[in-house]
Amino acid sequence: MKPRHKKLVIIASSVTALGIASVLVLNAFQSNLVFFFSPTQVVAKEAPIGKSFRIGGLVADGSVKREDGSTTVHFAITDTAETIPVVYTGILPDLFKEGKGVVAQGKISNQGVFLADEVLAKHDENYMPPEAAEALEKAAKAQKASLIQ
Amino acid sequence: MAINWFKYSSPASFYTLAGKMIPIFVIAAVIFLVAGLYIGFFVAPTDFQQGEAYRIIFIHVPAAWMSMFLYVVMAFWAAIGLAFNTRLSSMFATAIAPTGAMFTFLALWTGALWGKPMWGTWWVWDARLTSELILFFLYIGFMSLQAAIDDPRRADKAGAIIAIVGVVNIPIIYFSVQWWNTLHQGASVSINQAPAMASTMLTGMLVMVLASWMYSIAVILKRVRVIILERESHSAWVTELQKKGAV
Repeated sequence: MKPRHKKLVIIASSVTALGIASVLVLNAFQSNLVFFFSPTQVVAKEAPIGKSFRIGGLVADGSVKREDGSTTVHFAITDTAETIPVVYTGILPDLFKEGKGVVAQGKISNQGVFLADEVLAKHDENYMPPEAAEALEKAAKAQKASLIQ
Repeated sequence: MAINWFKYSSPASFYTLAGKMIPIFVIAAVIFLVAGLYIGFFVAPTDFQQGEAYRIIFIHVPAAWMSMFLYVVMAFWAAIGLAFNTRLSSMFATAIAPTGAMFTFLALWTGALWGKPMWGTWWVWDARLTSELILFFLYIGFMSLQAAIDDPRRADKAGAIIAIVGVVNIPIIYFSVQWWNTLHQGASVSINQAPAMASTMLTGMLVMVLASWMYSIAVILKRVRVIILERESHSAWVTELQKKGAV
């Protein structure tokens, strides 16, 4: 083998070794790299109860209730399997909407209510004009209706 | 007619070739930029959930893609330079770094501007944002290490090691949104799926990507030319150029 080929092999093998090492490290830190927990994980007590953590999911349909004369909002975060009630006082992001993605940070109370001190909106990767979104919604509704019949 | 490609691996002949190529890429960059911004601002429709604010993707996505792509190219040339001791490859790696760092910064900055109205926060430490920030530090680290070493050949070697080690971060950035729960949304455009995007939006974005490519090539070639002159300043052909008043 020519010396420069040898060098290339050394570089390639060290990159491979480094890659494997980082896969192992990232695997070990898996739980710390998770930005939020799902309601199911919270119910299964996988989330650090007692400490501040984040819940992510969808805002449950029909769950948003605003208190009169304050910025306190009650809503529920769901992953369709489990639902966690949330209380938050403050300004909500523009994209906060029922049925849309949300990530809340806070603590869970003894009553099982999540007391959020920060609420972030998580939008999805779909981009389309409003007319297209409306058409999709209509199609979904029509499908639902036909399923019921 | 056979072209002797190896001829252009000599800095002296590449210098002339690059000089001829730069104007072509500058013109292409301007055309794509104007077309891309026009589509982005006037043709592409409003988004159903993000309203007008989604238009940041015409800058943010090309910048983020370029930041990752340029890093891979930089590491590739640095590795070639390290393995085969070819001068021009190392010069290329050095020339790519500032442009890569600029795109990384742009991606982070536009992302923050977008994050505040859309997510409700400028910054979160989720896997996507954090790994992109690490990419920025890798570029900065590469540039400062090279700047700290006086002998350019030694600087090339030291920089190459940082560049190669940092490549590990690229798949982490790219797949972070699939591997972990992140606040950042998943990919709208990927190789194995139909894009989750209206077609005019996608067109505008891809034209902006082309503009970023052309811009990057033009700027990097220009920078390579400067580096060649700097490093070869004692050679006969540079002195010849100086006499002619061409430099």
